[in-house]
Amino acid sequence: MTQYILRRFVNYLVLTVIATVFSYIAASLFFYPRRRYLGINPPIPEESVDGILSAYGVNDKDPVLLRTWWWIERIIFEPLSQKLGQDLQGNWVINEIVGRAGTSLRLLLLGALLAALLGVTLGVWGAVRQYKASDQIVSYASFILISTPTFVGGVILMILATNFNQLLGFQMIRFTGSYTPGITGFFPQLWDGFVHLLLPTIALMLFGAAGYSRYQRSLMLDVLGSDFIRTARAKGATRNHALVKHGVRVALIPMSTYLAYSFGTLVAGSAFLEIIFSWEGMGKYGIVAVQTSDVNALAGNVCFTAILLLFSSTLSEVLYAALDPRVRV
Amino acid sequence: MPEPLLQVKDLTVTFPNAKGGVRAVRGVDYSVGEGEFLGIVGESGSGKSVSSLAVMGLLPSSAKITGDITFRGESLLGMSDRALSKLRGREMAMIFQDPLSALTPVYTVGQQIVEALTLHDKNVPQRSAEKRAVELLKIVGIPAAERRVKAFPHEFSGGMRQRAMIAIAIANDPALIVADEPTTALDVTIQAQILEVLQKAKEVTGAAVVLITHDLGVVAGNVDRVAVMYAGKLVEKGPVEEVFHSPRMPYTMGLLRSVPNMLTAGKERLVPLEGRPPNLANLPVGCPFADRCPAAQDRCRTTEPELLADLRDGREVACHRSDEIAAGTLKPSDIFPRPPHEERAVKDSTGLQPVVKAQDLIRHFPLYKGAVFRRVVGRVKAVDGVDFEVLPGETLGLVGESGSGKSTTALEIMELVSPQRGSLEVTGKDVGTLSRAERLAMRQDVQIVFQDPMAAVDPRMPVGDIIAEPLTVHGVPRAERDRRVVEMLELVGLDPEMTDRYPHEFSGGQRQRIGIARSLITNPKVLVLDEPVSALDVSVQAGVVNLLEDLRDRMGLSYLFVAHDLAIVREIADKIAVMYLGRIVEYGPVQEVYETPRHPYTRALMSAVPVPDPTIERARRRILLTGDLPSPTEDIPGCNFASRCPLFRMLDETRQAQCLGDDPAATVHGKSKVACHHVDEIHRLDDADISALSPIPGD
Repeated sequence: MTQYILRRFVNYLVLTVIATVFSYIAASLFFYPRRRYLGINPPIPEESVDGILSAYGVNDKDPVLLRTWWWIERIIFEPLSQKLGQDLQGNWVINEIVGRAGTSLRLLLLGALLAALLGVTLGVWGAVRQYKASDQIVSYASFILISTPTFVGGVILMILATNFNQLLGFQMIRFTGSYTPGITGFFPQLWDGFVHLLLPTIALMLFGAAGYSRYQRSLMLDVLGSDFIRTARAKGATRNHALVKHGVRVALIPMSTYLAYSFGTLVAGSAFLEIIFSWEGMGKYGIVAVQTSDVNALAGNVCFTAILLLFSSTLSEVLYAALDPRVRV
Repeated sequence: MPEPLLQVKDLTVTFPNAKGGVRAVRGVDYSVGEGEFLGIVGESGSGKSVSSLAVMGLLPSSAKITGDITFRGESLLGMSDRALSKLRGREMAMIFQDPLSALTPVYTVGQQIVEALTLHDKNVPQRSAEKRAVELLKIVGIPAAERRVKAFPHEFSGGMRQRAMIAIAIANDPALIVADEPTTALDVTIQAQILEVLQKAKEVTGAAVVLITHDLGVVAGNVDRVAVMYAGKLVEKGPVEEVFHSPRMPYTMGLLRSVPNMLTAGKERLVPLEGRPPNLANLPVGCPFADRCPAAQDRCRTTEPELLADLRDGREVACHRSDEIAAGTLKPSDIFPRPPHEERAVKDSTGLQPVVKAQDLIRHFPLYKGAVFRRVVGRVKAVDGVDFEVLPGETLGLVGESGSGKSTTALEIMELVSPQRGSLEVTGKDVGTLSRAERLAMRQDVQIVFQDPMAAVDPRMPVGDIIAEPLTVHGVPRAERDRRVVEMLELVGLDPEMTDRYPHEFSGGQRQRIGIARSLITNPKVLVLDEPVSALDVSVQAGVVNLLEDLRDRMGLSYLFVAHDLAIVREIADKIAVMYLGRIVEYGPVQEVYETPRHPYTRALMSAVPVPDPTIERARRRILLTGDLPSPTEDIPGCNFASRCPLFRMLDETRQAQCLGDDPAATVHGKSKVACHHVDEIHRLDDADISALSPIPGD
């Protein structure tokens, strides 16, 4: 089994490398970083622009494949912090990733975990109470959330939080940036981190849970009529006990795969949330990279996301094996 | 009179739907005393399972239940789920039909038994619960119970899972065990084992058992009293001997006469019980059986008879004419006369060219490993060198447990390509030498009828098109096709007006007739029948079997009849081939093989088949096979039956060594061929006390 999971890990690793290289090539083909230096008054001489762009390795006068080769060479031979090159601000991409990863992961991991918990709970609850009012309400709410763009949801939450703060008379929930500068002391900092984290995490959790709950509900409905639930009840388990101990446990198995692969959607969703809530995280870095035609920054961002998916996919394999004895060999 | 353990009074169960509701159970009364063994018999849809689920309180909440169910004087209806859960599993336990899906796949068998214990006694220490689980697995005959208790359900075979289910059921020494078709999904040899375990469980716990089944043979050998259910009602109730020997309700008579009996099959014709049970959502007035009852009178169509006890002997029957039947003025043979049986002449087969001839036929399926570099790591020997031939107008019955390779053999013939080894001749031509065009032409000569008539016909095609389809393949013009379809429908006993109807409008038996019509439309010489009646209700089986017999004799067809039901094979076949693990172990004329079976496996198989006659069933001794079929991937140097062979265990060491080291080839004995080294020793199985020699494994 360990061997199987290791093999899957290596497969995902290869995919990560391919995804990163392709994103570099694609960005190099479609981005036009030279635009930044055009139309500036007084005009910058073309040779100087060429010089700047070549220094970053993104001069469009060099063939794309050659630039890609140089980029790969840099990854292999340069020291760790310089492997992914510089962004157009002149910062080393790796340093940027290290600086921002913590901010993003805090939101992402917490959001994903809570989304999974809430989604599974709501899904199971809805299935057990199929077609009752509570199930209908959860279903409609999920559909509304699924069809609401993340940023709209984020803004609505901000408005609600503002009203809440007004009601309290002081600003309890803060939603600009990921921290308030100038706060000292462990507990004040912790509280400050928490109140900043509150809104984006709620937003991410709700959007994730909306999708998960639909999937979990249909899985649970399939399991509800199973013979083994009837067996459990014939043994003397109450309906609820049989549903939770036997039903949910079996209905969770396919969910483990779904959770890992939908993690990508959450990463995308969290990028918009970072913009709305002005967090200096990886998502915002990626979006700014697209806006400014920053090839190196974007490739770095894709690499980061791909590694996240690499770990989440491997984790899902482990989860699957842990949940389902039939695949353990 | 002591209070009965379980008393069901005027139980009705209705499943509401838009049109008012399906009345699955309509006023059922019965009681079960302490330690009693009650059988409830009925066809599918008769409400027998629903009524037992109602007793356990396991019906979906949408079901409307009225009447009263009392257990030890306590009313179960209206009890809360919590209160009922305290009774379920402790006082009353249930065993379900499908052992493959009845256990939770993610917990070990041990955990599931332990749960049954801890649910009712929170204080029982984990250690002693685990010890008890091992003990229970030993009682139900699981070998190496200490190790197996940690296995997951998917690591168990069907029979072992059903044993585990019984272990769970008896974990808390219940007073009542409800077994809902506990052996229907299993092979006959395994069925015999499980019934034995069930009897043992009954002895160990002293529990009363309610056995629900459609199989009259299973009921005959096991229960004290039997209740026959039809269209949601009990129609006859009484001691099993009396009901079987002198049934008083025409439905019971019809059912008993339609069931093939392995001891008498082939000597008399089966009595078909025509028609189908009424739709429970839309019941006619009067007796629900009136439409199928040849003895029905006017009053049967206006008032429904109640289940009334006869004042003289206490037998309970729901029939207006039960007095006449009890008095003997209306006999079963008057109501369901046996169709005349024509003794099948033993044909002179010398000089006849076989229509199918297989020699040393092999079908191995390789097992691969690895994704990129696939390599063969073993092979499933589905068919491992079989010889047989089918003569014109003759039926060869192919029997064996599931996994014995009988269906693969049938499909190998249908494929009409050169076999992996050996040779296959159809209508005198070696199929390996055929060209594409010849092969297509030959497909007209060889047709197949499948097991499940629901799955074998396209539900979105009108019946006429389904039947005509083989002709479209062979490019027959439209007018000719239509003419042939009408002809075929008449041939199989369906109304030719029905060509525009869709399959869902037909009953199971009718759908199988459609399947037969489709296979006959190309005027084949050989019909491969792959379990053609095993998916049908018993009352319908007889009609289809009779039809197949008539068609064969009228049209000179040859059948390869694949079945696991030995009684039906005896009924229809001229020759029989008994398969075990891809080999034919005994092959010969039906009469000879059934009267003097020479291979120990044939003996065991025949003794495992329950006979629908309580007196015979109780008197006879069984040869129980131990364990399950070995995996067909194993390489067994000697006889592949040795591991389960009852004869093997009686032999001395030199003879055993021969079995283990030397693969027996088929040798001629009488008119049969038997693949056993010790045919001369087979009489030992008659003499010895079998029950002492083949204990339930794990004892």
